[in-house]
Amino acid sequence: MPDEHPDSSCDDQKRTDAAVGALSRRRFMQTVGLSSAAALADRARAAAVADDTGAPPILGPGAVDIALHVNGATVKVKAEPATTLLEVLRMHLGLTGSKEICGRGACGGCSVLVDGKLVYSCMMLAVDAISAKITTIEGLAEGDALDPIQESFIRHDALQCGYCTPGFVMASTALLGENPRPSLDEIKAGLSGNSCRCGSHSNIFNAVLDASGQAPIHDGEGA
Amino acid sequence: MNRFAVAQVESPDQAVELMESKRFVSPVYKAGGLDLLDHLKEGLIEPGLLVDIRTLAGCADPIHQAEDGTLRISANATLADIARSPLMHEHAPVIAQAAHSAASPQIRNVATIAGNLLQRPRCWYYRQQQFDCLKKGGHQCFAPDGENKYHAVFGGGPCHMIHPSSLAPALSVCNAHIHVTGSGRESIPITELFHAPDQGLRSEHNLSPVEIITHITFDPVPHSAFCAVHEKQAFDWPLAMAAAALVIESGTIRSARICAGAVAPIPWPLPKVEDALRDLRIDDDGELDKACSLAADRGEPLSQNAYKLKLLPVAIRRAVQRAIARNAEAPQ
Repeated sequence: MPDEHPDSSCDDQKRTDAAVGALSRRRFMQTVGLSSAAALADRARAAAVADDTGAPPILGPGAVDIALHVNGATVKVKAEPATTLLEVLRMHLGLTGSKEICGRGACGGCSVLVDGKLVYSCMMLAVDAISAKITTIEGLAEGDALDPIQESFIRHDALQCGYCTPGFVMASTALLGENPRPSLDEIKAGLSGNSCRCGSHSNIFNAVLDASGQAPIHDGEGA
Repeated sequence: MNRFAVAQVESPDQAVELMESKRFVSPVYKAGGLDLLDHLKEGLIEPGLLVDIRTLAGCADPIHQAEDGTLRISANATLADIARSPLMHEHAPVIAQAAHSAASPQIRNVATIAGNLLQRPRCWYYRQQQFDCLKKGGHQCFAPDGENKYHAVFGGGPCHMIHPSSLAPALSVCNAHIHVTGSGRESIPITELFHAPDQGLRSEHNLSPVEIITHITFDPVPHSAFCAVHEKQAFDWPLAMAAAALVIESGTIRSARICAGAVAPIPWPLPKVEDALRDLRIDDDGELDKACSLAADRGEPLSQNAYKLKLLPVAIRRAVQRAIARNAEAPQ
């Protein structure tokens, strides 16, 4: 890719990882601080270049202030408009649970919820998520208590290497939010933006069936 | 991605002014932004400004039906909105089914209907920066002598892309009108929205660079359906798509509108199939099969994609059967 900007450098990631801490939600909240919802109002517009001719505000191309509501906390970052939501989550906020795998909206490893809707965060600009409620894999557990869907994934050994697992868990969360008792076909359709060719898929389907209070299918039957 | 600015406009005038101003290099419109980000990430375009038109008044209203029955979908309605719209399921199942069949849940939650119509081809030679193909100003289409399993079987080139939109064939059988703003004209029929490669290679549609789709209108088509054939069950680009809208009276097809997708550089109307379906009884399976088999007529397959000419009549037949059944479930 031409003209890669410094915000996506590894140095930047190390810095934010150190600042925000690894995967502890509590430390994340402590470090970035909690802001009131009212802070959303002034969001990136503060950085927008508006003139007095009634022309629309223009963000960037330099770094602008972006306020996001992530896992219950309002966080502010400075990033260029040419920055994806995934880059902000991983590089600026240290929320590395969401994975960049294909980077083109095909694999689902970067799936997060934006206002309750499942999206590929690698294919959404961070400025498009301003004022939205974002939930990442780090936002599912309550302290040390995992979300029931996470427990179910563990119970059913619903992973192999685990790299795609955060995306699958987020897709399962979105599916059960819309459809609390999905059929096997509905589960396959709901997870179709994450499915690939892995042998763990039948266990993933079992995990979702179990998490929705339904009997798992016989091993291998649903793959 | 190159660096760019983003403008959030509130009126078409603001949008057009920014597109025409010289302040930014090659500005482009952005709505859902999925196809756009794909282009930006591959370096196929390097705009200095994205003009965000999601917030334009008139583009963001929900899906609704006017008192005279006309259905209206706003340009920024997402495929997910359309796929679960009770209005669409009841009055235009072909539209709901086409929206449901497209892409993945993550994409349907963001992608807009206008963006689905105007997305660029998925041809892998077009999508990869290192192939200087006809569409990018080069001198050859790489498909005829290359990997052409997913390319066109109709149209005859010179570019052998397939049009990727699932809503385009669906809206074609609805005889939809595309309402636009920004240039003075107000609407164009969907049949005039696209052009074949021999009429211009750098774009697939007939909108000017500043025109914006605001909404789409069409009359109810209750006996209508969509069928897409995929290589795998999960998220995959279709190998062939079929949209059918029938007028049925007393168990007889009075008229039919049939359009194919993923087989030609434009949504591919099938007038011979439409003629053959007219006046057939809806339970005359043999004659219906025969009529749908005409879909493969005059196909011009490349070295690896003749299979599409076997799939297409099947897809058409399934769409016709679903349109007859009327209450068929949306395909998963």
